[in-house]
Amino acid sequence: MRAYAVAVYLFLYIPIGIIVLFSFNAGRHASDFQGFSTKWYGTALNNPFMMDALTTSLIVAFSSAVCATVFGTMAAMGLQRVKGRLRALYDAVIYVAIMIPGIVIGIATLIALVTVFNFLNPLIASVWPAGTDRPPRLNMGYTSLIAAHTMFTMALVIVIVRARIAGMDRTLIEASADLYATPMRTFRQVTLPQIFPAILAGFLLAFTFSFDDFIIAFFVAGSETTLPIYVFSSIRRGVTPEINAIGTMVLGMSLTLLVVAQFLLRGRGGTARRRAAG
Amino acid sequence: MLVLPLAVVIVFSFGERGPAGGYVPAFTFEQYLNLPARLTAFKNTMVLAPLGTLAALLVAYPLAYYLAIRASPRLRNGLLVMVIVPFWTSILIRTYAWIFILGGRGLPRLIELIGFDEVRLINTPFAVLIGIIYGYLPLMIFPIYVSLEKLDRRLLEASSDLGATPLRTFLQVTLPLSIPGVATGCMLVFILLMGEFLIPALLGGGKVFFIGNALVDLFLQSRNWAYGSAVAATLVIIMLVTVTLYMRLVSRGASNRDDVSLI
Repeated sequence: MRAYAVAVYLFLYIPIGIIVLFSFNAGRHASDFQGFSTKWYGTALNNPFMMDALTTSLIVAFSSAVCATVFGTMAAMGLQRVKGRLRALYDAVIYVAIMIPGIVIGIATLIALVTVFNFLNPLIASVWPAGTDRPPRLNMGYTSLIAAHTMFTMALVIVIVRARIAGMDRTLIEASADLYATPMRTFRQVTLPQIFPAILAGFLLAFTFSFDDFIIAFFVAGSETTLPIYVFSSIRRGVTPEINAIGTMVLGMSLTLLVVAQFLLRGRGGTARRRAAG
Repeated sequence: MLVLPLAVVIVFSFGERGPAGGYVPAFTFEQYLNLPARLTAFKNTMVLAPLGTLAALLVAYPLAYYLAIRASPRLRNGLLVMVIVPFWTSILIRTYAWIFILGGRGLPRLIELIGFDEVRLINTPFAVLIGIIYGYLPLMIFPIYVSLEKLDRRLLEASSDLGATPLRTFLQVTLPLSIPGVATGCMLVFILLMGEFLIPALLGGGKVFFIGNALVDLFLQSRNWAYGSAVAATLVIIMLVTVTLYMRLVSRGASNRDDVSLI
């Protein structure tokens, strides 16, 4: 039994280890290890296409994580008041959003956005004052990427924040109201400090999701290239240690964010709750 | 916000392809009648998705059992985190690793060194299956673990006190009580597999392709949106029907639901 567990963990981690190992390969061929070198990291970081894609990914991940966190937290707070059948319906919709394959979301968002844009663009053009510059055209790109990722990661934030709200001590809110705090003040001084770790963790996970997402971005990116799209097309052209170096950096980043998120959800969340209780 | 885009897909699926690609409104069943042209993609998906789900289940169950029942409580949390971590890292990079391992200079060369004939692993259904197990294992382990962890240990003791062999205890107590977790895991993995694109694209090398690959081709390369929408709508319908049937089948056995938390 134990040996089996070890084998499964090896199966899970050896491929990741191999990627990291070969990113330090001195040779030009991806799968012949010819000595230790960090030169491929330099190559990757000096590659303008890769840096462009990285910048796009960071902007999209950050913006969509901010939107998802704000809207997701608001939705989670609002859902607390919804009870009964309607609540069950909302819950079902949230789980569907998490469970549906990315490709379906990608296609649906692509078609929906293009339809909306085709409707809005002539409208904008018709009201645009004549004689000035050409009217702006809504197009697939940053906006559609951010919108699609926000929609998808919002469900995640809702689930995380709601779990924390459910575990919150309700009597504190009542106490705050009894002591004549306005609802806004109660939110700022009682609710927010308690759910803040969950909000931050939700933000980090939304960021990680958006940063790593390939399939949704593939459909809605238009002419933009995110890092996963860049990596995918590079793999198609051939396997090089440079991809390993990029991959190692991407894995390192997700891992760091994950560790911080875990820490927020478990460690500090616990002390915050204890502090609030005591 | 979620229902609207899906509705648009259905509307598009009754349309026609524009002269320069894209979409022209119409009401025709032409797109649906053309579906058999992509039959291979449907066949591959309908064979490899259930097979992949089953394979992932077979690998996942013993580990979930070990984590929930045998592992020492001190190690358990760390081990669990180690299962979830890969799930939250880039599936693209993790699948890329297997191009490496299964490619000509990886495992096949090792097998040759041992003295066997040249074998081809990459760009085969086998490679896709390995990629599937690897990618979806965490998603399968977690719900099974949750249902096994909730299991009342006294039932296991009672069973052995009543003279049941460990195997019989497992078959008659543990396994039936973990069915909700198994069902959740299988459903999650199966649904996501139906829409899989990356794993067949990278490990199937154009020879093993799924509906997802056909969709990418139709929407992004040949830009035949009406036909693509018909394929997508069919995919969603197959998914819904299978899941409903599956849920019916499972809920007959056990009725308590599991809430899955992946974080």
